[in-house]
Amino acid sequence: MAIQPPPPRPSPIAPDAPLAPATERKELLVRLYRQMLAIRRMEESCAKAYSQGKIGGFLHLIIGQEAVCTGSVAALQPEDYVVATYRDHGHCYAKGGSARAILAEMWGKKTGISRGLGGSMHLFDAAHNFLGGYGIVGGHVPLAAGVAFRNKYLGDKRVVLCFFGEGSASMGPFHEGMALAALWKLPIVFVCENNLYSMGTPLYRSLSIEDVSMKALAYGMARDRFDGHDVLAVRDRMAAAIERARERNEPTLVEVRTYRFRGHSMSDPAKYRTRDEVEEWQKRDPVSLARTRLSEELGATDEELKAIEASVRAEIEDAVKFADESPVADRYLDFNYAEDAAKLEQSGETR
Amino acid sequence: MPVIQYREALNQAMSEEMERDPSVFLMGEEVGHYQGAYKVSQGMLQRFGDKRVVDTPIVETGFAGVGVGAAMTGLRPIIEFMTFNFSLVAIDQVINNAAKILQMSGGQFKVPIVFRGAGGAAGQLGAQHSQSLESYYVHCPGLKVVMPSTPYDAKGLLKTAIRDDNPVIFIESELLYGSSGEVPDGEYLIPFGVADVKRVGEHCTIVAYSKMVGLAEAAADKLAAEGVSVEIVDPRTLRPLDLETIVASVKKTGRCVVVQEGWPLCGMASELAFQIQEAAFSWLDAPVARVTNQDVSSPYAKNLEALVMPNADKVIEAVRKVMYLEAPVDDSGEA
Repeated sequence: MAIQPPPPRPSPIAPDAPLAPATERKELLVRLYRQMLAIRRMEESCAKAYSQGKIGGFLHLIIGQEAVCTGSVAALQPEDYVVATYRDHGHCYAKGGSARAILAEMWGKKTGISRGLGGSMHLFDAAHNFLGGYGIVGGHVPLAAGVAFRNKYLGDKRVVLCFFGEGSASMGPFHEGMALAALWKLPIVFVCENNLYSMGTPLYRSLSIEDVSMKALAYGMARDRFDGHDVLAVRDRMAAAIERARERNEPTLVEVRTYRFRGHSMSDPAKYRTRDEVEEWQKRDPVSLARTRLSEELGATDEELKAIEASVRAEIEDAVKFADESPVADRYLDFNYAEDAAKLEQSGETR
Repeated sequence: MPVIQYREALNQAMSEEMERDPSVFLMGEEVGHYQGAYKVSQGMLQRFGDKRVVDTPIVETGFAGVGVGAAMTGLRPIIEFMTFNFSLVAIDQVINNAAKILQMSGGQFKVPIVFRGAGGAAGQLGAQHSQSLESYYVHCPGLKVVMPSTPYDAKGLLKTAIRDDNPVIFIESELLYGSSGEVPDGEYLIPFGVADVKRVGEHCTIVAYSKMVGLAEAAADKLAAEGVSVEIVDPRTLRPLDLETIVASVKKTGRCVVVQEGWPLCGMASELAFQIQEAAFSWLDAPVARVTNQDVSSPYAKNLEALVMPNADKVIEAVRKVMYLEAPVDDSGEA
């Protein structure tokens, strides 16, 4: 068979595309600001709990990157799927996971979102089609393509968002997942959260071409690339890629530039970058940006904003209390095999 | 009863299950238009169409991972590795994803998937294409491992594997694809964890599976001529393992030889020997013996490969050893 030319590169959505009426934008941004703030406060409570010994193992915080998962998931429907990395707290929360269950998981409690068997890196939430956080860099990309294969096989118009960092972009599974998604035209958006460092290695020492979205060209796949600090912009740009997946079964590789304010994990003091650099990025804190925009452009009053912040504080305080007071995890031999899990379910034991 | 080939039995199992359940599909290299590298999926593309018999490029990690994602969201993939040697480049998907997702998710996501294909040596294929890797997979909780030795077992076990709600490693054999045996018309299932006594005997138990059952039978025929009666137990599924049937046989005979293609260290034969001695120590009249590959990568040259692999003579030698029998005068000229 003759080799087909790649499809023309789709025109990127102009950043100044006409916005929805201000009232709708305000409602949306209020919702997204609240989500980002909840993720921020939730993770701050994790950092504190880690230092108190309530959380063990690895803990990777997303602080600074909240607009990417929040804005992306905001463009999905509830029945759509999300697959994430080990830096997954924000993605799970944005997709609908409760702060209570997420924190209880990290606390190693029976009430955790994965019954205390997954931990920080492996949050799963079937009720909200959150298909997990995965700890092998790039290893979940073919899996996500498989979920998109399922969507096309069943024809139910669902879309998959697959998140990963730029550290995945040289891994074999990343390319194999991309290759199959493009070849078979699968309804998926590959979202590269490029936070400029794969653990402690900066872009210039890890990628020969720092524009990760260029990888799409070799697969004849649509691509997009933009800054990830404005949550509404993220939502709008992602909506175009999601639409392309849903309506035309075409995958997109989206690279979103972002920055994590903390180290790679709690054990990383991030000495490979300067304080000045971090402070420069903190000026573009997505949570502060959303707040400023709400008050300065969309007419949110101090009262409204304070009410949001109070409700977030209450939600996270409640979640911490819930995690503190929940019983420790107990079941661990019932999930090796599905028949054992089914027996447990039939026994009527609840968490 | 109809006599069919091992490959046809596998084909029947997949085709019947695909007729029965629209969520079952077959995916792999050359499974469709080529009709299967070993013709296992012959005719299936024509019968089920390219939506359900899916040719892939050479991307084992890619399509193994696609299978896992599809399985955890409601489909029942059959993922064919042309041979299990190539499963090594996809083993991250099997071990880190398929085997762990049910546990990591606290029971929220099951992964009903079959990874199947040929395992073991098939004659002068060299070091990279002659490996028996079942012990790698048996090692990992969350997986089930199946290795049928006959067309009858192949069909009944593959149908069970496809209906199982867990990841199943189903290892066939290139050299068995053309073997024939009786397979009844119509539906039957063979449960996992049920060994089959392939031959009843009195003096020594041989535990063997897959292609090694044939060696055990050849050895048993020769030993019978010397008055040694061998019982052959085929576990059929290595995980779950029917230790009860194996141990019952060993308690009856008092002696045991385990035959396994593949390397000796940390292999299935070692595991079987351990479990047998633990459960039947007082009944054993000799230490359990193993027949395995030599501890070396497979050479190409025919004479050298023959030295490395298990064969009937090595099995006979092991049986004599556990029975403390003198070997008849060796006039073969070999050391």
